[in-house]
Amino acid sequence: MEPPLRPRRRFRQPSVLPGFGLTLGYTLTCLGLIVLLPLAALVVRASGLGLSGIWEVATDPRVASALRVSFGVSALAALTASIFGFLIAWVLTRYEFPGRRIVDAVVDLPFALPTAVAGIALASLYAPNGLVGAQLAKLGIEAAYTPVGIYIAMVFIGLPFAVRTVQPLIVEIDREIEEASATLGAGRLHTLTRVVLPPLIPAVLTGFALAFARGVGEYGSIIFIAGNLPYVSEIAPLLIVIKLSEFDYGGACAIATIMLGISFVTLLAINLIQAWSRRRFGYV
Amino acid sequence: MSEIATELPRQQPASVVTEGGLVRGLLIAVAIVFLALFLVLPLATVFAQALAKGWDAYIAAFHEPDAQSAIRLTLITAAIAVPFNLVFGIMASWAIAKFEFTGKNLLVTLIDLPFSVSPVVSGLIYVLVFGSQGLLGPWLLDHDIQIIFALPGIVLATIFVTFPFVARQLIPLMQEQGTAEEEAALTLGASGWHAFRTVTLPNIRWGLLYSVLLCNARAMGEFGAVSVVSGHIRGLTNTLPLHVEILYNEYNFVASFAVASLLAGLALVTLGLKSLLEWRYAGDIAASGRH
Amino acid sequence: MTGSTAIRVENLSKTFDTAAVLHDLSLDVRAGELLALLGPSGSGKTTLLRIIAGLDFPDRGRIVFGAEDATRLPVQQRAVGFVFQHYALFKHMSVADNIAYGLNARKRSERPAKAEIKRRVGDLLDLIKLSGFADRYPSQLSGGQRQRIALARALAVEPRVLLLDEPFGALDAQVRKDLRRWLREIHDRTGQTTIFVTHDQDEALELSDRVAVLAKGRLEQIGSPDEVQEAPVSATVLKFLGDTIEVEAIAQGGEVRVDGRLTPVTAPAGLVGPVKLYARPWQLQFAESHEAHLHGTVRSSYRSQGRQRIEVDRPEGKTVVVEASDTARLPAGRPVGLRILAGHVFAG
Repeated sequence: MEPPLRPRRRFRQPSVLPGFGLTLGYTLTCLGLIVLLPLAALVVRASGLGLSGIWEVATDPRVASALRVSFGVSALAALTASIFGFLIAWVLTRYEFPGRRIVDAVVDLPFALPTAVAGIALASLYAPNGLVGAQLAKLGIEAAYTPVGIYIAMVFIGLPFAVRTVQPLIVEIDREIEEASATLGAGRLHTLTRVVLPPLIPAVLTGFALAFARGVGEYGSIIFIAGNLPYVSEIAPLLIVIKLSEFDYGGACAIATIMLGISFVTLLAINLIQAWSRRRFGYV
Repeated sequence: MSEIATELPRQQPASVVTEGGLVRGLLIAVAIVFLALFLVLPLATVFAQALAKGWDAYIAAFHEPDAQSAIRLTLITAAIAVPFNLVFGIMASWAIAKFEFTGKNLLVTLIDLPFSVSPVVSGLIYVLVFGSQGLLGPWLLDHDIQIIFALPGIVLATIFVTFPFVARQLIPLMQEQGTAEEEAALTLGASGWHAFRTVTLPNIRWGLLYSVLLCNARAMGEFGAVSVVSGHIRGLTNTLPLHVEILYNEYNFVASFAVASLLAGLALVTLGLKSLLEWRYAGDIAASGRH
Repeated sequence: MTGSTAIRVENLSKTFDTAAVLHDLSLDVRAGELLALLGPSGSGKTTLLRIIAGLDFPDRGRIVFGAEDATRLPVQQRAVGFVFQHYALFKHMSVADNIAYGLNARKRSERPAKAEIKRRVGDLLDLIKLSGFADRYPSQLSGGQRQRIALARALAVEPRVLLLDEPFGALDAQVRKDLRRWLREIHDRTGQTTIFVTHDQDEALELSDRVAVLAKGRLEQIGSPDEVQEAPVSATVLKFLGDTIEVEAIAQGGEVRVDGRLTPVTAPAGLVGPVKLYARPWQLQFAESHEAHLHGTVRSSYRSQGRQRIEVDRPEGKTVVVEASDTARLPAGRPVGLRILAGHVFAG
């Protein structure tokens, strides 16, 4: 009688395909050198400051104001992008109209257009003498060089995230579900709000979180339109650049750490939303 | 039969799974106006401003030596960063998509990390490693190696921000394709490399092209991260986006928008090719939805 | 035609994570035979096939090809022809390129000349009766055609053994029947040693020279289709080969009694006491109460392909299905007696 087999967990399931060691090794090396090591440098530097050091920087009035502007305006912009993004995704998947494909392609413009280009274009459009800025001025709205300008740039940058996270889910909605709702006597509005929308909520939240995270970190498309007035329209990433140019590495690291921390919280939130969605609706 | 048919109303009743015609029209209008205002108008502005003082002024912007060196630097940077990420993406997706191993999800998350880091922070971390006050700063200074405020820093920062592009496109695609075709090739006597070249690569070619396209657009257009590590030395460490910034801050709007129009043109070409690929090879680019 | 041992599987064991899929499994494959690996899903049959091919690795045990230990032999050098369940045709290659793949993958020195490859591809296309299809692509073919291309691709490398994983699993009923017959013909013509995996008893019994019945990673029985049907070695084999009725019985001195009445079934020597008697639906007959082994009431009946199938509820709650040639239709609720004509007994 042979000894019973000892079931053991392996690091990797055996496979006939070759190259696992080589490709995984290469992947880990690149990941380590390009991504993890430099990020670790930030963590090391920040931990040198200690929590109190970081707190000191964060509560500096100028820094606090910049963080407030970055996070507050980004939340508003992400909300706007989510609402219009949903509407655009709905229109693009549900309705047939001439030029639909071109409109669909246009949505990705902020992904493809370099941020500096978007930045100067938005700045010149919304400047008091610009095409849109002049019209807004008549209404008494100052867009450029105020948080409104930051908001506009963040909506621009966040929109494709909002559209592209919801769109595939709208595509996959089973029409029979809507037909079932209709045969049970529900009106269109009732069907939409009670049957169609609820399963899409996780995707909308994910899109919001992605747009928010992107807005908080965004730099290029904002600095031209923002005017960068301390305490008014100065964003946190710009403050990092300013601290760096003053060789205040500690200050730069502290702000970067706070921003990274909040991005991780956002990432975590996205993962939780998706885990919840998987449980509740069976998909991400 | 025919009598009954003629009695049906000529207008088909609205489908039960869509909104009324008026609502539909209104929603389409809102979507188009919003996109026009927020996305198309800025793009059009770039070209309008670039040509505001006529064709000659536009062309003159590119004859400037600083502009030419910026173009050169941008091309060099992309020529290094894109192939690097291409090789990395293929390697990573082979390991991740074709094998089962512990810690895979963590690895995928880590590869995606650069997407969730602010561009400015992406630049900052390299300054912290290679800058004069950085971890390796003194050593680099002793050996007279310049990374920050020089080409290597720009390339590194660019690689960082475009790091996940190819891998995150290929991983789900290769996962969906499974391993049966490669196994079939092996049973027929093909070596691993032969199977990769003749079976795997043709299967992912459109997805690969697609991701390289997007990776390249980002590599050439990256501003924040490169701005932090470049030092803005005119004619030396200015990429095209940085050159746009300098010209704009000098109130040289025509030249600034002219250079910007070059990048906008690149974006349009990218979008066009991307859409073309999506229409023609949708199934070959991305894994088909969730499973 | 069949004779010497072509492949020997020795004491194969395999676990996935913590679940064992093969337990100390041994079996011989004879040269030139068409062997079916039959078993329910999860019986380990596909894993066994993949281990023979070199696509999976055993934790313990050996695979011997002829006289050569192939356990550590890389898949490329095993010279097996593997037909995947979903064919795994190369989507981006034409039919001809698919079939020629194995020849083109060879080192230049061993590769046949272009004209020779073309001729071989042509011959194989003739063999699978798809001569005009050389320039088509897999997406332009039907499921049955893809299956045949996959087979031709596997045959092109002149394998020592042909391995087919659920070869007809993905096809509809009619195509499946045609392909079965066709595969048998090809086998008879080429004499290629062939192993195929299936969970369909009919397929295994109709097609193969021998059937290996697998259950829970163990080999239950191997033998000709007649042998496994007439002399199943276990209840598992018997149950897997078709519908059965299970009845409590008592064995003594080779005789088997149900409800105190003698049956024509004989018990193997040494089997004494309470046993289980298994009978097929057609091994029961309606009988008068005094000579019946089982009693019950008719629940329902239906006709199918010239036979009548009657569901009978037994008093202890079980329902048995009896198959009879067209008797008069029995109304539901009628009490009936059933007599056992034949069957097998195994220890309960």
